Amino acid sequence: MNTPAATLHQPDPHQTPVYELTHVSKTYARNKVIALSDVSLTLNKGSFSSVIGSSGCGKSTLLKIMAGLIPPSKGRVVLQDKPVTGTRRDIGMMFQQATLFPWRTTIENIVLPIEIRDGRAAAEKAKEKARDLLDIVGLKGFEDVYPNELSGGMAQRASICRMLITEPAVLLLDEPFSALDELSRDMMNMELQRICREQNATAFLVTHSIQEAVILSDHVYVMKPRPGRLAEVVTVDLPRPRTLDMMTTPKFGKIVDYIRSLLDKGEEM
Amino acid sequence: MSDARTDKPGTAAEDTVWVEKVALIDQIPRSILMLSVFVVFVFLWHIATVFNLVSSIVLPTPAETFKDMLFVGKNLLTGDYMLPALWITSKEVIYGFALAIMIGFSLGVLVGETAFGERAIMPYLVALDTMPKVAFAPLFIAWLGFGIESKVALAAFIATFPIVVGTAAGLHAADENSRMLFKTMGASRMQTLIKMKLPMGLPQIFTGLKIGAVGVMAGAITAEFLGGGKGFGELIRVAASQLNTPRVFSLILYLSLLGLGLYAMVSYAQRKIVFWQRETVGGRGDG
Repeated sequence: MNTPAATLHQPDPHQTPVYELTHVSKTYARNKVIALSDVSLTLNKGSFSSVIGSSGCGKSTLLKIMAGLIPPSKGRVVLQDKPVTGTRRDIGMMFQQATLFPWRTTIENIVLPIEIRDGRAAAEKAKEKARDLLDIVGLKGFEDVYPNELSGGMAQRASICRMLITEPAVLLLDEPFSALDELSRDMMNMELQRICREQNATAFLVTHSIQEAVILSDHVYVMKPRPGRLAEVVTVDLPRPRTLDMMTTPKFGKIVDYIRSLLDKGEEM
Repeated sequence: MSDARTDKPGTAAEDTVWVEKVALIDQIPRSILMLSVFVVFVFLWHIATVFNLVSSIVLPTPAETFKDMLFVGKNLLTGDYMLPALWITSKEVIYGFALAIMIGFSLGVLVGETAFGERAIMPYLVALDTMPKVAFAPLFIAWLGFGIESKVALAAFIATFPIVVGTAAGLHAADENSRMLFKTMGASRMQTLIKMKLPMGLPQIFTGLKIGAVGVMAGAITAEFLGGGKGFGELIRVAASQLNTPRVFSLILYLSLLGLGLYAMVSYAQRKIVFWQRETVGGRGDG
């Protein structure tokens, strides 16, 4: 059960690894808390992975390390053969809140990452691409609308576009739809799957919902707290594209039950 | 439901069983309410003076005050001696406010953005802010003389603090996600400040500006009382020394128009610049 993740799913010859973490640990010096202990994982090109675990299991620490926001205490973090030593253009991130800025129109919000990295002229040029992305997420015609006028789901669609505009190699999703109501959440998850498939994106999702993790992912990383570590990698071999109907199949139920049992064991410890 | 919608409004009302009750006070237009308060106020004032409850030297009758207001208004409109006085006071207020904005904003950014400013400079600002700032008026007069400069200085001195505090608070208003987002986008400190923290802090900055706009008037007039000159404050002081209370009252009223104008300008700028805030402010009622 404590086998490192890397040995659990063998490297597939026709799958190219995009993001690799090897023996990553994080200790917060101030209070000597081990937030993350010896985490190894590999994200292959075009794969969708989720990490799930109770609060305090080090999910957000893991995500921050992967985003280049904080350095690990130990271990290697490599994205596209280059070590991650800070935030990077090829890392896209999305949060629970859409975090659109109300003084910018939707399209201005979407090209903001370009504006920050390459300046205003480049941002102006990127608007063409932003329009295509808006079309993909079903927000055509909302280019010049201010975020105040968008619903929660629409705002998250716009923030998906903002994440995709720099064509990142990996998408880090921090409970992106947990602030939405359940109906919108299911719909947005299916949208996310479609967009990821269309862009052949590599995605890494942090979530509290086992169902959400299973319906979206190829691999679900189950984490346990104190110290935060990977307990097991569950491979979800439901066919793609996934549909919401699959959530009623016995196979889906079995996987969900299995993950829940893993998490419950973690709670007892 | 859809049938009811197509009906005439009259028939729909008949179908309604549960009628929403509206309090009487909510049915009266705001302007009428305000006017009635004004009428009651003037009436009580009239009673107090006509029956000699208050000496006419202390409190003139509403009629006298109104007559004097017409006189002052005519004086101002025809460009008589009061207009230059109003102009001088206006200049003091505008220069003082501009100075306060420049200093207050710069200090606010220093205090709100840098650890040095927050830890080394803020304590001094707080200490200065707790002092009764009008007490500095004699100093400014001694340093800068009886001209417009000493008035501008005191006006700016009083108005600076709320602007510093508003700016510093505004820069701290950005939420964790926005900061993290800018970090992941690789934004520099300057970019984070200009493209995120400042716009996000604009509501607080404008709150500081509004408080400053009130303070700047108080500063200018106080300095005029204490340091002479040719402004509106001097007219008030002279009228008061001659026990011409109707004049004092009407001058104060015209002066308050100047303050109101400044405040309205700041509010207008806020509505134009912080356009996205409008709905939320309307929702919870502007304070």
